[in-house]
Amino acid sequence: MREEGREKDKVLMSGNEAMGEAALRVGCKFYAGYPITPQNELTAYMARYMVGKGVFIQSESELAAISMVMGAAASGTRSMTSSSSPGISLKQEGISYMAGCQLPAVIINVMRGGPGLGNINSSQSDYFQSTRGGGHGDYYTPVLAPHTVDEAIRLVMLAFDMADYYRTPVLILADAIIGQMMEPASFPAKSEFDKPRLPKSWALTGAKDREPNVVRSLFIKEGSLTQHNENLKNKWQQIREAEQRYDQYKIEGAQYLIVAYGSQARIAREVVDVLREEGINIGLFRPISLWPYPVTAIQRAAASVDHVFVVEQSMGQMVEDVRLSLPNKKVHFYGKAGGDIPRTKEIMEYVKSEM
Amino acid sequence: MAKRFVSPQSLKDVDTHYCSGCGHGILHRIVASVIDKLGLRDKTIGVAPVGCAVIAYDYWNFDVSEAAHGRALAVATGIKRCKPDSFVFTYQGDGDLASIGLAETIHTANRGENLTCVFVNNACYGMTGGQMAPTTVVGQKTATTPFGRNPRAGEGWPLKVSELLAQLPGVCFVARTTVTSPKDVLKTEQCIRQACINQIEKKGFSIVEILSPCPTVWQKTPIEAAKWVQEEMIKVFPLGVIKE
Repeated sequence: MREEGREKDKVLMSGNEAMGEAALRVGCKFYAGYPITPQNELTAYMARYMVGKGVFIQSESELAAISMVMGAAASGTRSMTSSSSPGISLKQEGISYMAGCQLPAVIINVMRGGPGLGNINSSQSDYFQSTRGGGHGDYYTPVLAPHTVDEAIRLVMLAFDMADYYRTPVLILADAIIGQMMEPASFPAKSEFDKPRLPKSWALTGAKDREPNVVRSLFIKEGSLTQHNENLKNKWQQIREAEQRYDQYKIEGAQYLIVAYGSQARIAREVVDVLREEGINIGLFRPISLWPYPVTAIQRAAASVDHVFVVEQSMGQMVEDVRLSLPNKKVHFYGKAGGDIPRTKEIMEYVKSEM
Repeated sequence: MAKRFVSPQSLKDVDTHYCSGCGHGILHRIVASVIDKLGLRDKTIGVAPVGCAVIAYDYWNFDVSEAAHGRALAVATGIKRCKPDSFVFTYQGDGDLASIGLAETIHTANRGENLTCVFVNNACYGMTGGQMAPTTVVGQKTATTPFGRNPRAGEGWPLKVSELLAQLPGVCFVARTTVTSPKDVLKTEQCIRQACINQIEKKGFSIVEILSPCPTVWQKTPIEAAKWVQEEMIKVFPLGVIKE
């Protein structure tokens, strides 16, 4: 994905700041956010660098932030908000409205520990919430999970294009490690999205020389909401077919497969390297889109595998999608939640004990 | 003879779902008429609330966005900041603006957002069946205050949002009117017109609170309901321009 001959453009940035910069580079003109750790650097970055490029608002609440983003999106403006787990719970109100109203926006969740106030350490405990709509009503949002700062940049850029094309909120599901960590990264000129940028004829711009546009998720006439949900379902299906993203590592001839995403995939990769050195044929499958889940690809990757090990910074959330994708495989789970992350040695021990 | 009474272009020629004696019909027309007279229709973006006026966009003939309950002013902020040359207003009830959206109301006003807010106070939640609102007056019977609102029983006092907002430096215009007599209708139109002009002149946040009858929930005839506004409601919520 990294562009040829652009190594000199490498920068050293934290994931939080890099995601902010990526948004600005793809034309994000509106950002509203509310302070919450561990994503504060992103909000501060937008406050500092939105100047002259767009509108930054520190909102009075997460509820207000997401509704401001909804208004900005309704006006046809590329807009974004970011937060961390408890704040994302509050934003679910607006995310549901935007899914219903078919408004594009990017929402970044730099996950921390839960439930409740939890703690500020890295966690992957919002998988269920993110991949199953999250708010009320029948809907999904595409969910993209970066495992490096460099990938976070690319996925934020992709998220804006995807959001506009499908007219849907798109979630970036990062974790505290990705948000806080600094590492070299580069900014591509544009995202890898391969579909056209469509005119926003639905946007609210004033009904000059046209019929009024209405942004709504309310359908009270008999049968109209049923039809609306059918239309949305067709859209989710279209996204399922076109937007499954994944990465894999050393899966050739693998007997065993580890499945991990986000920062946990970095640790899993090391596990694969060490176990391969010990002569164990193991590979890594890393979903990049958590919704839609890369079902076809994981089935292919696991075709000749006996055991699948899912490792998460949670008590077992993505493992449910792995089990749904691979009903005939032996799927094991190892995870921790609350800031203590599964480390190389303990994962290796677990894998060996279950082999 | 010249035709003096015409339907505004900004109002669709359709029946509304509002009850007899309700203030919304008059207010929709006033809003549409002011927008026409100021030549704003082509750049107007309205924000409809959750409440009885939730489908106001079926009646208004310009661009409208919905908002989650209480978030109309946050949605309006997003629109107006992105499109500063458009004319953006919210139309909200008392449950929406003064209860679930009070934080959005105060902070939007305190930021001095260049917006116009039409605040319809009928002292109850109409659409959900007449529960107590923050603006319900002491002693008023509602579905959730069946014995009358009693501040001593922990049910609180009527919240005077206009007086509260008038204290904020970002707020340039606050007025309270009603629509229960022709004279009051004209006064309301004047105040809403001023609140719109303020936005065009980039003066900041303007709000007009309108005491509006809800005969259905109040279990009164339209005439009794109008009388109750004039005799009881204005004792708690005095009419007039509070700040300009």
